[in-house]
Amino acid sequence: MGATIAEKILAAKSGKSSVAPGEIVDAYPDLVMSHTATWRSASVMQRIGAKSLYDPDRLAIVLDHISPAKTEKYAADQQISRNFARAHGVQKFYDIDAGIAHLVLMEAGHVKPGDLIVGTDSHCTIYGSLGALGTGIGYTEVASVWITGKLWMKVPATIKIVLDGRFAGGVYAKDLMLYLIGKLGADGCSYKSVEFYGSSVPDLSVSERMTMTNLAMEMGVKCAFVPPDEKTAQYLENRLEKTAYRPVYADPDAVYEERIPVDLGELHPMVACPHEVENTKAIGVVAGTHIDQAFLGSCANAKYEDLVVAAGILKGRKIHPGVRLIVTPGSKQILLQAMNSGVLQTLIESGALVTNPGCGACAGDGGMLADGEVCLSTANRNFLGRMGSAKSQIYLSSPATLAASAIKGEIADPREFMN
Amino acid sequence: MNSIIEGRIFKFGDNVNSDVIIPGRYLIYIDRERLAQHAFEMLGDGFPDKLRGFEILVAGRNFGCGSAREQAATAIQGLGIKAVVACSFARTFYRNAINDGLPIVECPELYSAVQEGDEIRIDLAAGKIHRGAQEYSCPAMPDSVRKILELGGLAEYLKSQLRGVESAPVE
Ligand code: SF4
Repeated sequence: MGATIAEKILAAKSGKSSVAPGEIVDAYPDLVMSHTATWRSASVMQRIGAKSLYDPDRLAIVLDHISPAKTEKYAADQQISRNFARAHGVQKFYDIDAGIAHLVLMEAGHVKPGDLIVGTDSHCTIYGSLGALGTGIGYTEVASVWITGKLWMKVPATIKIVLDGRFAGGVYAKDLMLYLIGKLGADGCSYKSVEFYGSSVPDLSVSERMTMTNLAMEMGVKCAFVPPDEKTAQYLENRLEKTAYRPVYADPDAVYEERIPVDLGELHPMVACPHEVENTKAIGVVAGTHIDQAFLGSCANAKYEDLVVAAGILKGRKIHPGVRLIVTPGSKQILLQAMNSGVLQTLIESGALVTNPGCGACAGDGGMLADGEVCLSTANRNFLGRMGSAKSQIYLSSPATLAASAIKGEIADPREFMN
Repeated sequence: MNSIIEGRIFKFGDNVNSDVIIPGRYLIYIDRERLAQHAFEMLGDGFPDKLRGFEILVAGRNFGCGSAREQAATAIQGLGIKAVVACSFARTFYRNAINDGLPIVECPELYSAVQEGDEIRIDLAAGKIHRGAQEYSCPAMPDSVRKILELGGLAEYLKSQLRGVESAPVE
């Protein structure tokens, strides 16, 4: 019987020839990511009394949430993380200038097809955009993997999502994912692995694939994959030696629990309404909703391509006087690229505030909302109170819908601005 | 840890996410009591104080979804909650709860059968929940997981392993 990508990776990392869904294995991750939570894992390690790491080369640390430090407490926590990295010789350490951990690690070539990666963040699923199995765990468990090198993992069943057709103008990977999350629900793929196939996949950029595997988390997945192809190889070209990785593909006779077909050509711009991501509506239903703030940021949609899409709509236009547009590039590299190409200038001239790279407002660092305020965001979560007051509201959309809405001061269809 | 947990229940609905359980701005704390002061506060309506005096949370589907923050489990423990019974859990919460020493039980049958304030009795080892004379089945907790819970979480478990001191087997 054939194996899915998740089954093959988990078998390889636990030293078995094959594994079956439901089986529990002791797996050895290739990479353990910890972000701002690093100091907590370090203090757990201290409490346990362990002195050394299983393999310092398997650790990656990025200080992304709430950075630079905004209080003395954050500063002290960051200090612990820095000292920890230094003391243990962690080479893959990135300080507050780098950006969001997920994007930084992929840009730096630390994520390889076929890898098993765990980290202190639920959106580790994003590593599946390059064919790696990424999944989130808590900080105590991260400390445990640091020390022992392994963790128990249950082998998930796999769902196949088959994408055919092409996006119409103004429709993007974010709209696809909001459509799927709305259709399947916040636990629609709970504990499952998802693999994306279909005739549309070769056309989807790596950036769109990142948005897809990132947002897949909001359907409850354990991991999600776009099988590596030409586009993956191109992305990795200047980042990794070709010999440094071996992509993992599912067998033709792999067993899938379910097959979900989607015709991309039938999709419209989508918006997730407060306070759950699964509460999605077609743009027509929510267009006209007043907004106070627009946040173009997060690991879901603050990649270079996302900034380009937003700038394309904002070029030569001004945002509505009643709107604050906050742009937080996902990483330093993205910021540099946007600076060199003029995208940054376009955004700033339209009225945007550009902040330092990182999680920013997505993690409640700046850009908080007051009672009664409404924010449209390109992030992946709109949970009650996530960006400030419990009486504020968060809607989620693609960067294009965000840009159109910032101009109009209300949720707007991006197709109005595209001809 | 005793395999039996008894107490009054408080009931939640579906998809209670970890941002609601403990908002991101309080993740600077890892201390149970401090986290508990802010648990569920986004819901307003007297939370979290109204949870004091309940020992068990009962919830619908996908409890603990969203962020992988371990403090969601820690904050619940800080409120004096001894176990969570839900129709289903999000996987990160499930792992974090065990690693944090908070017993969790999946039992979809129980949800519609109980009301807030009911007294229930959970037998983790046997995989049974009782409400009065009614009995509901749930997956029995494997010994390995019960051992982590018994020691108060993964950190304590690893500590015992590193010292080479195996604790007594679970009966
Ligand atoms: S950008 Fe937002 S969702 Fe992504 S890692 Fe940072 S806080 Fe989490």
